[in-house]
Amino acid sequence: MTTYVTGIQIADSIDGKFPDAVEDGQPEFAVVKSDRLVEVLTWLRDDPDHEYKFLSSLTGVDRIQWFEVAYHLESFKHNRATTIKVRSDDRENPSVPSAVPVWLGAQLQEREAYDLLGIRFEGNPDLRRIFLWEGFAGFPLRKDYLNLPGGKMPGLERFPGEPGAELSGRGTE
Amino acid sequence: MTLKSEPFVVNVGPQHPSTHGVFRLRLTLDGEKIIDADMVMGYLHRSMEKLAEERTYTQNIPFTDRTDYLAAMTGNLAYVMAVEKLMNIEVPERAQFLRTIMAELQRIASHSMAIGIFANDCGAWQTPVMHMFRDREKILDLFEMACGARLTLNYMRIGGVSRDIPDEWMPQAHKLLKDLPNRFAEYEDLLLSNEIIIARSRGIGVLTPEQAIAYSVSGPMLRGSGVAWDIRKADPYAAYDKLDFDIAVGTNGDAYDRFVIRLAELRQSLRILEQALDMMPTGPVHERLGTSTVQPGTQPIAPLVFRPPVGEAYARIESPRGELGYYIVSDGGPSPFRFHIRSPSFINLTPLKQMAIGSTIADAIVILGSVDIVVGEVDR
Repeated sequence: MTTYVTGIQIADSIDGKFPDAVEDGQPEFAVVKSDRLVEVLTWLRDDPDHEYKFLSSLTGVDRIQWFEVAYHLESFKHNRATTIKVRSDDRENPSVPSAVPVWLGAQLQEREAYDLLGIRFEGNPDLRRIFLWEGFAGFPLRKDYLNLPGGKMPGLERFPGEPGAELSGRGTE
Repeated sequence: MTLKSEPFVVNVGPQHPSTHGVFRLRLTLDGEKIIDADMVMGYLHRSMEKLAEERTYTQNIPFTDRTDYLAAMTGNLAYVMAVEKLMNIEVPERAQFLRTIMAELQRIASHSMAIGIFANDCGAWQTPVMHMFRDREKILDLFEMACGARLTLNYMRIGGVSRDIPDEWMPQAHKLLKDLPNRFAEYEDLLLSNEIIIARSRGIGVLTPEQAIAYSVSGPMLRGSGVAWDIRKADPYAAYDKLDFDIAVGTNGDAYDRFVIRLAELRQSLRILEQALDMMPTGPVHERLGTSTVQPGTQPIAPLVFRPPVGEAYARIESPRGELGYYIVSDGGPSPFRFHIRSPSFINLTPLKQMAIGSTIADAIVILGSVDIVVGEVDR
């Protein structure tokens, strides 16, 4: 069975090697400071105790107050998996360092996150739109894409019987 | 005398049988040699990740049929597993076995297509595909008996499967399992040592194990390069921990090895199915979950609207094409805050440029065929 290394555990071991590179450690993920990201990821890939040589998934999330990029890592040797995140507070022009120097598998996934969320990956050699065309207005997966309250369409009113069926918990205020 | 030449751009696709859908390869040639390859995709982009943010967790299950439309069962399974992980739902054992059986039947159907189409790319125009369709039809018949649909199945549910199999399902499944070994032997005879396939696919599109891992490729591509990594073994889900099977591993990492791995996996899927059908327990096929909405006159088994706690989950399975992952972020609301599909077809295309450079157009077609993409899953 794959051991899921919690964010708190991985934050602890990063902290031991790179003091003050960790921003936050949650049960599900650890957040690394943007300017230390590449050295932390390189260390996680190469250190014999970790060897996260496989970048399982890379994707962005619009958290409204900030943008974040999640890296789901996997170590074949130790059969472990963990999640690292990095945040960007700049709403207009979010940017994080590219992970392509660490894992070549990040190439297309970073292009996808750039295309749909508008997160710039500094250092990606080929950062172009991938599914949409050059010149497409806006970034569809952003919560404010359609300028609707809460970033979403009123799509869930078809369950009037459910308590609290109104849109809630979006936290856009 | 030296001939003067200049780079020449050839568009393969978007409408071309070798691109397996609507996908474009922009190849720059120097003479016959490819010096640059650019992938143009998005022709089938339906913005599923945005659409899913407007729908309930249950309403999103049909989207997962339509990403990888040749393997809807595994798409269903990965998604419902992600939601179950988010909500800590235990699934009854019979449902786990049904999921395993359906996923393996789907793997046979999908690999059959992949093998047939690969032979197509190698020049055996349509005949192998028609042979493969013969088996795939039988499997789709079984799906139809179980859930009423053949392609967009929508069979799995959060907490189980939508319905139990009918009584006549088991005899038909056993009959199919009795027939399949002979068919597989026939394909192995026809294709495995086929001179044309070997001549066309040996030694092209080579990925070393280190490259394969660095490029994040998964599934038969990763195993073709000699990395024995299969999520069914490494992190067993559904009922795979109770079943015995082997991981097929290649040695050269070329297009031919990927094709051989798929043929070998047909046999392994058969082994899994034989065991799973024998071991299938009785009992409920859906966990009885707390319900917030009661439809008059029905016995509620699951709520209409799931509200997972605030948090996130990433669940992954071994789909026929590789690691299929669903990353779901919940804000406690009735629909996902973020819904991301880690699609193996898309990520397996990452090294395509590297594999194609230096080869010819004819080779590039075979290399693309050996990746086995489904464009619905590439573009989503």
